[in-house]
Amino acid sequence: MDQKHSVLEMDYIRKQERIALKNCGLIDPERIEEYIRYDGYQALAKAILQLGPEGVIEEVEASGLRGRGGAGFPTGRKWRSGYLAKGNEKFIICNADEGDPGAFMDRSILEGDPHSVIEAMTIAAFAIGATKGFIYVRAEYPIAVKRLQIAIDQAHEMGFLGSDIFGSGFGFDIELRLGAGAFVCGEAKALIASIEGKRGMPTPKPPRTNDKGLWSKPTILNNVETFANIPPIIRNGAGWYAAIGSEKSKGTKVFALGGKINRTGLVEIPIGTPLREVIFDIGGGIPGGKKFKAVQTGGPSGGCIPTEHLDVKIDYESLQDIGSMMGSGGMIVMDEDNCMVDIARFFLEFSVEESCGKCTPCREGTKKMLGILEKITSGEGVMSDLDDLERLGQIIKDTSLCGLGKTAPNPVLSTLKYFRDEYEAHVKDKTCPAGVCKALLQYTITDKCIGCGICKTVCPVSCITGNKKEKHVIDPSACIRCGACQEACPVDAIIKR
Amino acid sequence: MLEKILTEENFSALDELLERYKGVPGPLMPLLQGAQDIFGAIPEEVQSYIAEKANIPLAEIYGVVTFYSQFRMVPRGDHVISVCLGTACYVKGSQNIMDKISQAMGIGIGETSSDGKFTLVGTRCIGACGLAPIVTVNDDVYGKVKESEILKILEKYK
Ligand SMILES: Cc1cc2nc3c(=O)[nH]c(=O)nc-3n(C[C@H](O)[C@H](O)[C@H](O)COP(=O)(O)O)c2cc1C
Ligand code: FES
Repeated sequence: MDQKHSVLEMDYIRKQERIALKNCGLIDPERIEEYIRYDGYQALAKAILQLGPEGVIEEVEASGLRGRGGAGFPTGRKWRSGYLAKGNEKFIICNADEGDPGAFMDRSILEGDPHSVIEAMTIAAFAIGATKGFIYVRAEYPIAVKRLQIAIDQAHEMGFLGSDIFGSGFGFDIELRLGAGAFVCGEAKALIASIEGKRGMPTPKPPRTNDKGLWSKPTILNNVETFANIPPIIRNGAGWYAAIGSEKSKGTKVFALGGKINRTGLVEIPIGTPLREVIFDIGGGIPGGKKFKAVQTGGPSGGCIPTEHLDVKIDYESLQDIGSMMGSGGMIVMDEDNCMVDIARFFLEFSVEESCGKCTPCREGTKKMLGILEKITSGEGVMSDLDDLERLGQIIKDTSLCGLGKTAPNPVLSTLKYFRDEYEAHVKDKTCPAGVCKALLQYTITDKCIGCGICKTVCPVSCITGNKKEKHVIDPSACIRCGACQEACPVDAIIKR
Repeated sequence: MLEKILTEENFSALDELLERYKGVPGPLMPLLQGAQDIFGAIPEEVQSYIAEKANIPLAEIYGVVTFYSQFRMVPRGDHVISVCLGTACYVKGSQNIMDKISQAMGIGIGETSSDGKFTLVGTRCIGACGLAPIVTVNDDVYGKVKESEILKILEKYK
């Protein structure tokens, strides 16, 4: 009897609310007819024929929608400033650069429901008076590129793009532009420079892009997921949307759950859902009976959140208060086998590589921090390094030109705050508690050894000795810690510590 | 290597591309992307050709080519092995897989084997984190790759 209900009652389904992902996986993204059958382009008709530009902006303002690209800026307010900006030519840009490694929400929307983005961009263009739009997609997403182009062509054929949409005299067109593998191009001003054919480097604010954006014309730039929320808001009304979410942040947010978690994949939850519910009820907890250690949100700009903060209700402010951020929606779970110092090093390395090099704190400062972290993970750290990391991190945050540098120290600062004991173990005891940092590891053969000698044959540096059928021994001074012996051992007798 | 790609045929394809972007605002990125599709890389010869035809300073083009990680000035090997080093994959041990391939082939990240067969690259998240760790060979995607299986997978492309 229970079985009939069981699927819908599963927390995995019950605790989610699909708005941005509503059509994903449900409709054929290459057929506009299917999008239309699921209410597609009704919002555009309502915007043009019923609401008018001011009406649209009022709805978006009242919905409480905030930017899903990371910063959480109120979308309605942004659109109003675009509407008020003076200029005979204005642009709409969709930021589909999705640079956070470990996040794929935007990709799913672009591939699964491309028309929702096109419809929303057209509504935005109508609201602020733009005639031309660009979608800047990262080149790593070829399927998204293909489907977007199909969708744009179909929208043209049906008269949802082009001149004189719905006989209103309003015309709008969208062009695709591809990224070329630079994380910083996700930053609004760098993205604009890239479309203009320049090196994708950010420039100081002000001026804001709302006033002086693409080719110095007023430009409204929003993230893919932000756009995907627009058609349902216009269709169902601001009140419907504002009833979902937390007090300060309305609606839902899509997260890409990954790492050490049972159910990886996309989840869309009302903002304000506690982290614990996302990880344990929706995500099904940690595989292999391992212990939860931390969850990382916000990618290279975010921080690691420890067990003690698992009950925090996810929204822009609450995550910032605990040293992380909402970011674009990457959510990577880590268990006891992940070393927090190594994770901090990993994210910092990313930021060092992706720093565009324009401002000194970000270019030189992050590199210095990385150097210190590498010193620590290779067992050469001293206690004053930890203070140096904190001081440098704060300076970089305060003085960098763009969001990349301003947030790059977060992974280090948050792990230093919550997992200082792990740093200290690396520095003082020269051990890596999680068994990740190779230079600090020791492989040993336990009494389980049956003396088969397989490890001896696979060892590339011949540092294992022992007679047949007797316990073998590893010479730690010669061992290069490649792990080949452990992998080859038929009885799991080799452990690393 | 270069003679193989700087052919008349490729240059006439480039001419067509240049023609298509005449008058389009901000044409440089799509031009370079197109040129790389045609030649497999954007060597200096191609850069100065574009500079002259599209009337963009060579220094600016060189600046853009070297800024973006997807542009390259030398062509790649026949097969491109890329190991995802995005967060989800890294947390699931993709670095070990990378090390293993690197050791077995004797090439580092970004290098091409001396026989021109394989190029090894590390990529950023390709958006398939649910299947982490990910290795792709050309257009083939391998998910949930085990360290112990990787060399067997690569055997197919030898
Ligand atoms: C280094 C850096 C990378 C960014 N990457 C992205 C990105 O990949 N996608 C995105 O939508 N926003 C990204 N942003 C945020 C954008 O600058 C911008 O705030 C956002 O696209 C605005 O849209 P929204 O208001 O709809 O969020 C990035 C910002 C910085 C500083
Ligand atoms: S991190 Fe490897 S696919 Fe996302």
